[in-house]
Order: sequence, then C-alpha cells, then structure tokens
Amino acid sequence: MQIATQDSGAVSVVAVSGRVDSSTAPDLENALKKLVDAEKTQIVLDLLNVEYMSSAGLRAMVSTLKSVKRVNGDLRVANPSPRVEEVLRLAGLTSIFAIYRSREEAVGSF
Amino acid sequence: MARTLTVPGSYDRLEQVCQFVAQAAESAGLDEGQSSHCQLAVDEACTNIIEHGYGGEHLGQIWLTCEAEPGELTITIRDTARPFDPNSVPEPNLSAPLDEMRIGGLGLFFMRQVMDAVEFSSDSAGNTLVLVKRRDSAKGDA
Repeated sequence: MQIATQDSGAVSVVAVSGRVDSSTAPDLENALKKLVDAEKTQIVLDLLNVEYMSSAGLRAMVSTLKSVKRVNGDLRVANPSPRVEEVLRLAGLTSIFAIYRSREEAVGSF
Repeated sequence: MARTLTVPGSYDRLEQVCQFVAQAAESAGLDEGQSSHCQLAVDEACTNIIEHGYGGEHLGQIWLTCEAEPGELTITIRDTARPFDPNSVPEPNLSAPLDEMRIGGLGLFFMRQVMDAVEFSSDSAGNTLVLVKRRDSAKGDA
C-alpha cells in the first residue's frame, strides 16, 4: 500500500493505492491521525487505486471519521472501486460516509 | 483437487493467502466477485486467528486447504490457538449513531454475509473453520 497526501486549499487529499488489510491499515490510520493532529480535519480519501480492502481498513476509516466529526470536520470518500464500495456496503457504511465519483467533486463538496 | 498452504500467523502473509484462495476459486469456476468474497472471508478469518486466537503476530501457524470442485470451493483453515467460540463475538452495531458504533466483530459478520457455509469447530488439536462458496450462490449480492 502507498499513501500520498496533498493539500487542495483547506482540504487534505489522501490518495491510497494497493491493498488495505490488517498488514497495511495501521499505516493508513497513522497517516490520517497525523492530519487530524495537525488540525487538518477536512479530508478526502481517494480510493481510486485501492484494489482490496478488508474490515481493518474500514476500522481505520471509521476511527478517523469519529475524530474529525467531533471537531466539525469530515472524511469523505472519492473513487471507490466496485470491490471497495461493496465492502463498504456489506458493512452498512455507505450511509455513514459521503461518497463521490471523483476527487474534484469530493474536494468541492467542502 | 486439494491445495494446501501453511503460513506463519503474521499479517504480511495475508496477500499470499488471498492469492492462494484466488487461484483455487478460479479452478472451481467461481467468478471474480465470488473469488473476492472468498478472499475477504479468508483474510478476515486469518486476521481473527492472529489477533484474537494467538494474541499477536508470529505466535503460531495457520494451515489452509482449498478443495475446488466444479462450481464449489471449500476452504478449511486450521490453527492451534485457544478454542474459539463464535457465539462469544458480539455482532457489530452498524446501525448505531457514529459515536456509539462498534466495528469489532465485523470480520465474522463479513464471513457470514458472503459465504454459503461458515462452520467452526474445536478439539484438542486446535480450531477448524470450514468456509464454502458456491457458484450459484447469491450470498453477498446487493
């Protein structure tokens, strides 16, 4: 898994690629936590190149969402592949996360 | 045809385990979505064995067997961790408000959602989990 973070105005875009499983999810959670600790709480998680995600990845996402919501921020999802979106749906999380078809749309939603 | 794989209980082996399952799923004639379900279920099962069974990484091995028949894949996962009682795992409360949401237990929840059979058993040698996926199954479909 690889993570690239960049700012787009007041929004932080976190682009993830590869597999998000129990081996790599802690790295994702740490990268997101760093943003929250730096008071960057408007976050877009771009999942375009995520080929696989297990519940470990979902835990990292939900944990971050809880943190940013407490300070009026949000974690919004862009570009989930059908496979990743299915995992979100199986977990019942498609109503918890705002999901956008493109990074630009997700960034513009803030 | 049965294929076997033995791996140490460490998270960095999950990708290898998923590849092993994907090959067997293809042999059984399962489609890509059904193969994904099998990989997810086995990943979650192995993660639970490492995290909750052995209590951490590199504390035990995991033995996997895949039996592919036309239209059906049976995956057997064995470990020597302490006995596991699936009834002791609370269901995740995914409909709760975000602040009260507990996402633990999601792995077992996923297994039951996407596989046609999920059977746990334990004896003095350890735990055995049998997962079955059938090609004509609608499990996990929207």
